Amino acid sequence: MLELNPTSIAFFIFSVLSIGGALGVVFSRNLIHGALFLIVSLFGGAGLFVILAAPFLAAVQVLVYIGAIAILVIFAVMLTRSMTNIREIFNRQWWIGAIASVALLVVLVVGVILPTWGPGGTNSDIVLSETTASLQDLGVALVSGNQFVLPFEVASLLLTAAMVGAIVIARDNESY
Amino acid sequence: MVPLWMFLVVSAVVFCIGAYGVLSRRNAVAILMSVELMLNAVNINLVAFWRFLAPQNMAGQAFVAFVFVVAAAEAAVGLAIIIAVYRNHRSVIVDDVNVLRG
Amino acid sequence: MENTCDNIISTLAPCLTQLGWNQGLAEFISTLLGVLLVAIFPLVLVILLIWVERKVAARVQDRIGPNRVGPFGLLQNVADAVKLIIKEDITPAGADRLIYNLAPIIAMLSVVLIWAVVPFTPYNIGADLDIGVLYFVGISSIGTLAIMMAGWSSNNKYALLGAFRVVAQLVSYEVPMVLSLLVPVMLAGTMSMQELSFAQLGMWFIVVTPVSAFIFYVSNLAETGRAPFDLIEAESELVAGYNIEYSGMKFGLFMANEFMHAFTANLLFAVLFLGAWAGPGATAIPFLGFVYLMIKTSIVYVPSLILRATVPRVRIDQMMAFNWKFLVPLAIINVIVMAFAIMLVKTLGLAPAPELASDFLANLPQTAVYILANLIVVAAAGAMIRGSVRRDRLALAAARTQPDSEPEALPAPVAQHS
Repeated sequence: MLELNPTSIAFFIFSVLSIGGALGVVFSRNLIHGALFLIVSLFGGAGLFVILAAPFLAAVQVLVYIGAIAILVIFAVMLTRSMTNIREIFNRQWWIGAIASVALLVVLVVGVILPTWGPGGTNSDIVLSETTASLQDLGVALVSGNQFVLPFEVASLLLTAAMVGAIVIARDNESY
Repeated sequence: MVPLWMFLVVSAVVFCIGAYGVLSRRNAVAILMSVELMLNAVNINLVAFWRFLAPQNMAGQAFVAFVFVVAAAEAAVGLAIIIAVYRNHRSVIVDDVNVLRG
Repeated sequence: MENTCDNIISTLAPCLTQLGWNQGLAEFISTLLGVLLVAIFPLVLVILLIWVERKVAARVQDRIGPNRVGPFGLLQNVADAVKLIIKEDITPAGADRLIYNLAPIIAMLSVVLIWAVVPFTPYNIGADLDIGVLYFVGISSIGTLAIMMAGWSSNNKYALLGAFRVVAQLVSYEVPMVLSLLVPVMLAGTMSMQELSFAQLGMWFIVVTPVSAFIFYVSNLAETGRAPFDLIEAESELVAGYNIEYSGMKFGLFMANEFMHAFTANLLFAVLFLGAWAGPGATAIPFLGFVYLMIKTSIVYVPSLILRATVPRVRIDQMMAFNWKFLVPLAIINVIVMAFAIMLVKTLGLAPAPELASDFLANLPQTAVYILANLIVVAAAGAMIRGSVRRDRLALAAARTQPDSEPEALPAPVAQHS
C-alpha cells in the first residue's frame, strides 16, 4: 500500500508522535506530564508540516505553539496546583464523551475521508504537483490589498485585545 | 509521497482524542490543552488539503497562520481566566465552579 | 571522475558508488557523515572556548588563569570533564526522573541544532533552509523549555523560582531579537542564511544597520544569559538558580551548553551582520571562508567575555524595564524607519545593478541612505533616554524635597495667655 521511502518513514514517525502525544495529554494524571505530551504532539504536527512542504508553518508552530503557548500552559499548571492530587481525572459522564468522540471518528473516517479521497474513492486520483507557491507568495498574500490584508490587521487587533484582556483578568487586585 | 487520506485520518484521530479530552477531563487546564490539540489537528488538515488540492493558492497557508493567531489569543485569555478563577475558588476543577447554579 | 568540493554528498557518494555500494545507501552514509561532522564540531570546540574564557577573565582580573595542566593550561578542561564524569550520578528524592535527565540533553540539543543552518563556506552549509533565520529563533525557544523542565523537575523551590525568572527573561528578550532580525531579512529579501551571506558581498550589514546589530547583540547577551544579564546563573544570589540540584556530568552539560550557546549566538551575529565567510579569496579557496567566519566570531565573542568579567549584574526589574521600555520601542522604530529607507532606495533607484551587487563602491549610495536612517533611529533613542532620565531626575528631586520640609509648628497652647 505504501512504499518504503524516507518520506513515508518520516510520516510514520511524526504521526506516531502526534497521536501518542494526544493520548498522553488526555490520559495523563500528572498535568506537567500532560503539558510535555502536548509539546510532543505539537512537534509531531510540525514534522507533518515539513513533509507537506510548508516549512514556514513548521517553524512558526515550533516558535509560537511550543515556545510560547506550551510554556504558558506549564506556568498555569504550576500556578494552579491543588493540594490533593488523588481525585479522578475524568468526570462522571466520561462514557458519553467516549461514545461521542468514537462516533465522530467513525463518521469522519468511514463516511467522509475514505469514500472521497481513499484508495477506492471518487477523488482518489489526485496528482501531486511538484511546484508549490513560495514563501514570498505568502508574504505578498498577507499584505496585498485584494488578498488577506484585512484579516491580517484584524488579527493584530485581536492579539492586542487578548493581551490587554489577559493582563487585566489575571492581575492581582489586592496589591493596588 | 504519502496519499492525502492518511494525513486526513491522522488529523481526524487527533481531533477526536482532543474532543474526548474536552468532554471528559475535570481540570480546566487539561481541557484547554485538549482544545489546543483540536486546533493543531485542524491545522494539519488545512495544510494537507492545501498541499494536495491547491498548492498554487496561498489561501491555505494564510488560513493556518490565522488559526495560529486565534489559538494563541484564546490560550492567553483562557489561562488568565483560569488563574483568576483559581484565585477566588482555590480550585480549577470545573465541577467546583458552580456559584451561579440555582 | 567529476569530483567537485561542493558538499560531502557529491564528494563521497560517487566514490562509494564506484566501489560498488548501493546508490541510496552511499548517499545516506555520506549525509550521516556530514551531520556528524557539523554536530561534533561545536561539542569539541567548547573545550577550547572554556579555556579562552578562563584565560580572558583571568587577565582582566590581573592573574594568570589555568597554566598547569598541559601547555598553557589547554588540557585544564579535559581534567575538569574527567572530574565531572567520575562523580556520582545523583537524582534528588522526589524529582521527576525522566524530565530531570532529559532537560540537559534538550538544552544542548537546542544549541547544536542551530549549527545546521550556519554557512561555513560559500558552498558548504548543513541545510540551506528557506527559513533559516526563523528556524534559528524557533530552536532558541526550545532552549527556554529545557530550562523550565530543569527547574520544575528538581523538586526544589529555589530551582523553580530561578526557572520562572529565567523563562521570563528569555521570553521577553526574544521580542527585540526577532524585531532586529527583520531588518537584515528585509535588506536581503530572503530568510535563507546562505542568501543572506551572498547579499553581504557588497557591504556588510553592520555598516548598513548598526542599530539592528546593536539590538541583536544585546538581545543575544540576554538570551544566552551572559553578563550583565546573567541572572540565570546568579552565583551569588539564588544559589545558582535552576541547576541547583544538578551535579556531575549533567551539570557539566549545562555549563558546556552555556558557553556553546554564547559562541553560537556570536557566530550568528557574524553570519548576519559581519558577512559570514566573506573575505579576500573566500570564493576561490572555501576553507579560507571558514577561517574568516571563525575569526569574525572571535572578534565579537571576546568582548562579551571581557564584559562578563567587568560589568555588574542587573536586577530582574531593571532588566525587564530595559527590555520593554527601551529595547522594544527602539526595535520597532528601527524596523519602521529601515522599511521606509528601503522603499526610498528603491524609489530613487540607488540600488546597484545586479552584476555590480558585490562591488563595494557601487553599494555606497544606498549605504549612505541607510546610515542616515540609522542616525534618525539613534536620535529617537537619544530622545527616549533623555526623557526617561529627566523623569527619573524629577522624581528624585520631588522625593528629596519632601522629607526636608519642617513639620508644621504646633500652635502655642492657649492656656499660656490666660
